[in-house]
Amino acid sequence: MKWLRQLFSRRQIYRELSEEIQTHLDEKTEELMADGMSREDAKQAALRQFGNIGLIEEKSRNVWAWPTLEDVLYDIRYGLRALRHSPVFTAVALLTIAIGIAANAAVFSVVNSVLLKPLNYPNAEELVALHQAAPGAEGLADFENGLLLSASMYVTYAEHNQTFQSLGVWIAGTANVTGMAEPEQVRTVSVSDGVLQTLGVPPAVGRWFSQADQVPNGPRRVILSYGYWQRRFGGDRTVIGRNITVDSQSREIVGVMPQGFRFVDSDFDLTMPLAFNRGQLILAGFGFHGIARLKLGATLTQADADLARMLPIWMDSWSNGPGTNPHIYETWRITPMIRPLKQQVIGNVGELLWVVMGTIGVVMLIACANVTNLLLVRFEARQQELAVRTALGAGRARIIRGLLVESVMLGIMGGFVGVGLAYAGVRLLVAIGPTNLPRLNEVAIDARTLAFTFVLSGLSGLLFGLIPALKYSGPRTGSALVSGGRTVSVSRERHRARNLLVIGQVAMALVLLMSAGLMIRTFGALRKVDPGFGDPQHLQAVRISIPELLISEPERVTRTQKAILDKLSAIAGVKSVGFVSEMPMEGFDSEWDEIFAQDKVYSGDLIAPLRLYKNISPGLLQTAGTRLVAGREMTWSEVYALQPVVLVSENLAREMWGTPSAAIGKHVREFSQMPWHEVIGVVQDVREKGLQEKSPEIVYWAPLVRNRFDPAIRTVTFVIRSERAGTDSFLNEVRAAVWSVNSELPLASVQTVQEVYDKSVARTSFTLVMLGIAGTMALALGIIGIYGVRSYTISQRKREIGIRLALGARGGDVLQMILRQGTKLALVGVVIGIGGAFALTRLMTNLLFGVTAHDPLTFAAVAVLLIVVVLLACYIPARRATLIDPSVALRYE
Amino acid sequence: MKKPIQRDLFPGALEMMILRTLRRQPMHGYALVQQIKRTSDNVLQIEEGSLYPALQRLLKEDFVKAEWGISSTNRRVRIYKLTAAGGKHLERELSSFERMLKGISLVLAPGEL
Repeated sequence: MKWLRQLFSRRQIYRELSEEIQTHLDEKTEELMADGMSREDAKQAALRQFGNIGLIEEKSRNVWAWPTLEDVLYDIRYGLRALRHSPVFTAVALLTIAIGIAANAAVFSVVNSVLLKPLNYPNAEELVALHQAAPGAEGLADFENGLLLSASMYVTYAEHNQTFQSLGVWIAGTANVTGMAEPEQVRTVSVSDGVLQTLGVPPAVGRWFSQADQVPNGPRRVILSYGYWQRRFGGDRTVIGRNITVDSQSREIVGVMPQGFRFVDSDFDLTMPLAFNRGQLILAGFGFHGIARLKLGATLTQADADLARMLPIWMDSWSNGPGTNPHIYETWRITPMIRPLKQQVIGNVGELLWVVMGTIGVVMLIACANVTNLLLVRFEARQQELAVRTALGAGRARIIRGLLVESVMLGIMGGFVGVGLAYAGVRLLVAIGPTNLPRLNEVAIDARTLAFTFVLSGLSGLLFGLIPALKYSGPRTGSALVSGGRTVSVSRERHRARNLLVIGQVAMALVLLMSAGLMIRTFGALRKVDPGFGDPQHLQAVRISIPELLISEPERVTRTQKAILDKLSAIAGVKSVGFVSEMPMEGFDSEWDEIFAQDKVYSGDLIAPLRLYKNISPGLLQTAGTRLVAGREMTWSEVYALQPVVLVSENLAREMWGTPSAAIGKHVREFSQMPWHEVIGVVQDVREKGLQEKSPEIVYWAPLVRNRFDPAIRTVTFVIRSERAGTDSFLNEVRAAVWSVNSELPLASVQTVQEVYDKSVARTSFTLVMLGIAGTMALALGIIGIYGVRSYTISQRKREIGIRLALGARGGDVLQMILRQGTKLALVGVVIGIGGAFALTRLMTNLLFGVTAHDPLTFAAVAVLLIVVVLLACYIPARRATLIDPSVALRYE
Repeated sequence: MKKPIQRDLFPGALEMMILRTLRRQPMHGYALVQQIKRTSDNVLQIEEGSLYPALQRLLKEDFVKAEWGISSTNRRVRIYKLTAAGGKHLERELSSFERMLKGISLVLAPGEL
């Protein structure tokens, strides 16, 4: 405990020490006086013989201190005082750092929450997505989701696997809940046995589904999400055991999942058991997402091999009905590519976020360069003070440390302000972030973000403090003391650091502006793409589902839908109406099937290529503004008469028959029992999966088809063209119109097609906004930096310019000289920047559309813009320099 | 400005001299300096002030202790006194110093090589 006592008694120790030294000096003086010296001489001699009192006291005190810590504390106090003495410098520097830090902290919090944090499940690192590639089934197996699982695949995998603790399949959908105040369409997730067990999150109330709940035609059960439980039941814990009506079926509530629980990436209101009927399963039906929990120590490679081993078992165990060959799936070349569940959730957003993080990091570098400049100027002004400190015995290391402490402190203080701004920034990011950005709801500033922020602040402080500190701690004490305060022209060498910073800033700003420019070009290219529908702002979409228990007979389903159409078209201001199984870009899982053409030969077991298919009502194309390239739409009488007619997309027509007009009168069908359908119209290509994706080949069936499954299409999107789309009064009338046909039908996904469209470009616009912000910040910081440096340099050269003017140089000459120097810096910066951009923009290739990463137009435009801006930033101070009055400039010499 | 050639003491020498001087009798800082200078026949040029950091180090190590008292010239001064630990430390230092000195003088001695 001695050190503790020392800590508190230190003040006294120091006081006693000072007293002791004073006594020593007195005694010495007296003795010398006794030898016959005068009092003054004696005092001087005593001091001389004693040595440097300040240094000795400090050394004595250091005995008791933790020296470094104490010194640093001292440096901090000193630094704070120095910062307080120049409030303008401090404010400008702090603000620059704070904005840079805030932007970085905000973006990092997104990167951290989305990419770095583990998923919100216990032992989430064991969770995998049962991803399968199937290069032989193009279309059905897309790049993002791969080939989903069929129910029979699930059963095979669940029974024969050796590498999983548990596995299950799930599918998201919608259902109508009735019997409460208003019918409501809710989001559902249907799960097989094993899904809840795999995710491992215990329910907040009640229990999971048991195996008994998964028996077909067994008891009907349902589990609520926390949000739905709060919204519909006010969080009442006695809901367990009560019944709700889901799709006209009564289901018993057995549990409530905790807050924040999601099925992989899906929010939901209700979850229900899939309850597969083993006896009726076939090979096909690839619509389920598979998830699994790996056994302890099992690797992804082992799991892949395990799945590959089970594929033949699967083909041998099931069939698609008599007369079919179960081994045709060998032509699909199904390849298990199991991946961590987190990767499945994040998808390809990682690339986007790292690009944004990188650009914001560069903004930070530019901000640091600015602060370095400020510090250079500031330390130059303080050279005398530094020289005095050196003269008083401070070593070089000590001075460097002092200056670094000051700059790191600036950095950390900037960090504190920055964190405050970052809280606002994160809220902004979440607001403007694309809604399809995975895990957006988890974004928050957590301990890791804070740690990152303060490490970044400290490091930036070191970074921008290092150059000035090294520069001004050098052994030039003598000259600094002599020349201090005089306006000597400064040497070329002293401007070198500043010029290098200007070049660096120009180069970095160029890279950022280049990437922002490429995004602008991408956005422009996207805007020019014809999505396949027109004037989406005035297109109202409403999704309505008619469950089998409500209306079972297929034709009545279609007639009900037609009745709704009639009511809707009677609303004031409605131009036309139609419905479709799915509007483009709505993002529902699309449906694919093999399509055979009558005039083509399909040998043996060969399956025809898979095509996306949709069902459309008469009038839909006209309503949506989708052009007919050839032929005509179908009519309602054809629909009810089950006339075998069909429409195809232009690209499908071209692929099969060469030209759109050649397609008219040809015949296609899905499977052998289906009658051949005559192609009566060819529809323009539609950007079904988003503007950036190429249009798929599409077959358009009628809403009522002679089909082996359900002939009617029960869930459709109604599309209404009206100037009043999106207004409350209009939506009320739409609701009333639907309920006048059947009051048990809820309306879901109520939005204008414009909103659907905006969502599909949300990722691009988010990137654009982020890179735009980064680019603008870079430009603004760059201008400030360059302007500041030029102004300062010119103010330093006032005397030189004064002499030049006095010797007969004209204002124009001076202006030209200064601009020439500015241009040189700008050009060097631009050249370096173009080199950097050439290397770096390649990283964002996947974010671009309709423009290459090395787009010459963007490169040229940005380079010219930057040179002009730099010249402007030089021109204003240069202009001022030409107004220097030589007699004033030289007066003080 | 050129300084006269001055030999630095080796580290720890000043402490050793302080302890040795204090073993004879307790005294205050100023007296200690004068005593060391006197006994070294003014050969050792020590900065008078440099004594104080050394004294603080010894205080911290508990090799000496200090008490306020009155000097012969009637001033309030801090009188330093050797502690038992200080005495032991001095013994150890002296014997290692002697060994070192012996070694050095052997090397420096004429002849032999």
